Amino acid sequence: MQIIQPHYHAIARTAQDYERMAMSGVVAVCEPAFWAGFDRRHPETFIDYFAQIAEFEPTRAAEFGIRHFCWVAVNPKEAENRELTQEVLRQMPEFLQKPTCLGVGETGLHKSTPNEIESLQAHVEMAMKHDQLVLIHTPHLSDKAHGTKRVLEVLAGMDVNPDKIWIDHVEEQTIESVLDAGYWAGMTLYPVTKCSPRRAVDILEKYPRERLLVNSSADWGPSDPFTLQESVVEFRRRGHSLQDAVEIYHNNPCRFLGQNPKWDIKPIIISEG
Amino acid sequence: MLSPQKTLDTYYLEARRDLLEVAAMLDRYDQAVKRNSEKAQDESKRFSLLQAMEILSEPDHPRADRAERLLKHFAETS
Repeated sequence: MQIIQPHYHAIARTAQDYERMAMSGVVAVCEPAFWAGFDRRHPETFIDYFAQIAEFEPTRAAEFGIRHFCWVAVNPKEAENRELTQEVLRQMPEFLQKPTCLGVGETGLHKSTPNEIESLQAHVEMAMKHDQLVLIHTPHLSDKAHGTKRVLEVLAGMDVNPDKIWIDHVEEQTIESVLDAGYWAGMTLYPVTKCSPRRAVDILEKYPRERLLVNSSADWGPSDPFTLQESVVEFRRRGHSLQDAVEIYHNNPCRFLGQNPKWDIKPIIISEG
Repeated sequence: MLSPQKTLDTYYLEARRDLLEVAAMLDRYDQAVKRNSEKAQDESKRFSLLQAMEILSEPDHPRADRAERLLKHFAETS
């Protein structure tokens, strides 16, 4: 089965991940800009990072027949440095023009501070001005419900097209409000701290699937790119058809990401004989 | 050996995850009941899990033997 990994931090992973993902049907990965594990101090560090994910990482993925796309943003954890954020934002449009850059992300909130909110607004404004997709990170664990509510409040006060916005890391307590507001909702599968493969399938069975995305994120922390495949297996083992699985794990990413013409992978219809 | 605080700090998130999996499994069962308009013919496994959680909810376990008690409980009930 062909799978798209819509949220994957490839620079934190080994080539062996690419090889195994290719063997398990992954045809494309999308890499949002994220936190490096420490707060970067210089705009130039971001620029080099953006070049890495926009120019170099596609060549590494291509070694295994996987397409690689990226997003650019200042991670919410680093938004406290307003000067840095403004300077990086000033230089971001250059990267939005790169042939594999799909939009602005992941922006969003971490602790929902005023500086984070200012940064989120600036990122979304830039995305809308340049007709870009937006990928929004929502906070972890105990900050999630409040942070997601704040994200929705910020977006409600702006002139945005919900079709172009993906709010990520939803769980049972946040998915309804995100879908009700008309946005795309992403479930991130982590071994411990976010949604699990089984809980993700529960959510897929409970809510309309047209605007749902599933990803494993997979970064330098405790994470596993193959939680995505675990959820595919869990979905199939509950009796859902192969086409239904393709709709979620391949075609939905194509439908959302395909709003950017740089994304040229089309939804597929399979025959089960 | 870990200190009490370090024990909680080390294992809290994993225990949180495991409890969420149990909660989701019970929700999954309820959704299946709703979809099929009938309960399982044999609900003993569900009752066994609920009883296990009652054991865990007891305020004092002076012998720190929750796992042993659950194993005995599961052996008797499933």
